[in-house]
Amino acid sequence: MTATETKTEMEEFEPNIIGFLCNWCSYAGADLAGTSRIQYPPNIKIIKVMCSGRVNPMYVVNALQQGADGVLIGGCHPGDCHYQHGNLLARRRMAILKNLLEFIGIDSRRVRMTWVSAAEGRKFAEVIKEVTEEIKKIGPMKDIQRVNEW
Amino acid sequence: MKIGVYVCECGINISATVNVPEVVERIKTLPNVESSRYSKYICSDSGQELIRKDIRELNLDRVVVASCSPRMHEPTFRGVVEEEGMNPYCLEMVNIREHVSWVHSDKERATEKAIKLISGAVARAQFLEPLERKEVSVIPKSLVIGGGIAGIQAALEIAIDGFQVYLVDRNPSIGGRMAQLDKTFPTLDCSACILAPKMVDAARHPNIELLTYSEIEKVDGYIGNFKVTVKKKPRYVDIEKCVGCGLCAEACRLKGRVLNEFDENLSKRSAIYIPFPQAVPFVYTIDPERCNMLKFGKCGDELLCVGACEQNAINFDQKEELVELDVGTIVVATGFDNFDPSSELKYGYKENASVITGMEFERIVNAAGPTEGHLEINGKEPENVVFIQCVGSRDKEGHEYCSRVCCMYTAKQAHMVRDKYPDSKIAVYFTDVRAFGKGFEEFYNRVKDEDVEYRRRELDDPIQVVGNEGGVIVKAEGHPDIHADLVVLATGLVPRKDNKELARKLNISLSADGFLLEAHPKLRPLDTFTDGIFIAGCCQSPKDIPDTVAQASGAAVRAAAPLAQGKAQVEAITATINDDLCSGCRICEKLCAYSALEFSSDDKIMKINDVLCKGCGSCAAACPTGAIKMKHYSNKQVLAQIGGILAK
Repeated sequence: MTATETKTEMEEFEPNIIGFLCNWCSYAGADLAGTSRIQYPPNIKIIKVMCSGRVNPMYVVNALQQGADGVLIGGCHPGDCHYQHGNLLARRRMAILKNLLEFIGIDSRRVRMTWVSAAEGRKFAEVIKEVTEEIKKIGPMKDIQRVNEW
Repeated sequence: MKIGVYVCECGINISATVNVPEVVERIKTLPNVESSRYSKYICSDSGQELIRKDIRELNLDRVVVASCSPRMHEPTFRGVVEEEGMNPYCLEMVNIREHVSWVHSDKERATEKAIKLISGAVARAQFLEPLERKEVSVIPKSLVIGGGIAGIQAALEIAIDGFQVYLVDRNPSIGGRMAQLDKTFPTLDCSACILAPKMVDAARHPNIELLTYSEIEKVDGYIGNFKVTVKKKPRYVDIEKCVGCGLCAEACRLKGRVLNEFDENLSKRSAIYIPFPQAVPFVYTIDPERCNMLKFGKCGDELLCVGACEQNAINFDQKEELVELDVGTIVVATGFDNFDPSSELKYGYKENASVITGMEFERIVNAAGPTEGHLEINGKEPENVVFIQCVGSRDKEGHEYCSRVCCMYTAKQAHMVRDKYPDSKIAVYFTDVRAFGKGFEEFYNRVKDEDVEYRRRELDDPIQVVGNEGGVIVKAEGHPDIHADLVVLATGLVPRKDNKELARKLNISLSADGFLLEAHPKLRPLDTFTDGIFIAGCCQSPKDIPDTVAQASGAAVRAAAPLAQGKAQVEAITATINDDLCSGCRICEKLCAYSALEFSSDDKIMKINDVLCKGCGSCAAACPTGAIKMKHYSNKQVLAQIGGILAK
């Protein structure tokens, strides 16, 4: 494969990104980006949770196993959490999870935690642009796969 | 399992970017999807009927609606399925407007994203479980925070409805900013004359309890059952004994030496004071920042105020007191701060005595103000007066919004100058005169006809106020310089500097401009996202007095409704514990911010108090055995949604 071919392949790669957003701040921030018609790449698919503290690290791993190339967790700014400190629990869990991901050979930059308030529609769009660009650079996730069975 | 999927075109809001018929066709192929349809407006009568008919005729078990944000219409569609006997939690919404059509322009990719999101919802929907909303009893009392015109109006309305209200104000008197104003536009009513009777009504109403000089310390609980801790600051004066005679203030050693904040620091008062002549309650308060006794433990050889008081009302041993209030609903009416123009050097404020703010002008022209209404600057009556609009408002670097009152208060103030000094020259530097209210344009025209020169400038055209002997020179691009002896800055309204702290205590949000955020800008302007907490007046956004009063009455209706009902529904989303799986490790216990999880020493496992549980799910995410299950956000439901979205 020549360098040019690699570049073309990278350009065509459109990552799949799952975003877990808390109901009170980040989801509302995403809504505000919508009502303000601020454009961002469609790679992100949002899953609403009541609090970023609900995000079990297992969800992040599962998303990567199901074919997500990146995962974003959005919570309220520290101190603003609707449930007082769920966002801080999420931050700690994600920090630990990132260590684990590195340990098993997954680029930990695929997982990102962010704070977006209900007033930050523009910031939300900026974060999505950044995350999408970053995951594009890292490339597709091929490492682990799992079929969920019930 | 039979799932019905309903995709909304939202006129062209969704269909201009998302190929809705294609979405519907693709969704039809998913397992368990019994029906997949679309409509121009699912929220309309005919759209809702589409869902109702399918539930009846196809015996649907779950409904998925792909339309706008659930923050907009989830209650609507929950109501629709409920009418057909389906549990409201068997509805799943997909946000393909705010999160898809409004933020993406590539039609193909937007359509693909919509399909993925709906696939996730369909996968999740099969695991949704019916939930029962808990009904809680409502304490038939309300709390109003802030005793300005908004708070007074809201408190009176709730009280008239027959419910008990606590009206809390941090200042020694209720009245707020409106009490500081001289006349009000466009009718030129004297502000104190229309406000004071309302203040007295509030104080006298048997259903209203005033808590002045008090601040909100802590708010716990939920709609129907809020527990509010209020800090009553010590006045060092017994309000039962004080008759407001003022002998103490006359006697005070610091008489005439303490800046009077009610007069915007343009006059001096004593360390023991009453903020203004119509204060309610009409009792004195000792300023702990200035009183010698409170600061240094002594005041000369004797306490002059104590000696002067015939009622024995002064008590330096008073302590701060914490009061607990139990209320069903809360109205927040905490108002605004005035923009401080000292940071904007071009206006020369503080540098030149000739430059004052709009609020300072109000105090100066007020008969009860520092100059008893005489408009004197540097000891003489002004001959050349300049008003500069949009100071601190409509500034993209600072406060981007329009403060909505400055155009009209400037017109009013120009009229007052003309009224007092018929020979003076008056000029107004404006950008756009926003005279939008009832009678505003008429008033503006009247003022223009009173020989007031309106000079237009662009917002970012340079303007400079420079000091000059006996006054200032106002230099504005495109206009001849004006030698002025008085410049009034039409300073805007800014959020209270402690809004963030207040929002945290109440668990409500701020909007980007720093004011309190309403649940929906158009349809729920008085609600917050926290059930049972409502907002009124300038804490939500700058507004004039008529709008403030209207909003306060509205908020009062919203706040009184649950009190009248006697019950309220609270969220059904809480944690549950599977006793068989719980190992009693107690990891969850410390994570819960509400102490809803308690270790049972008998059973050696955790027990949940689902009235205290607010449903964040922090415990479930940490439970090592998976014993904690979050209703409506169970592992199965979330994992199914992930799988549905990512399915190839």
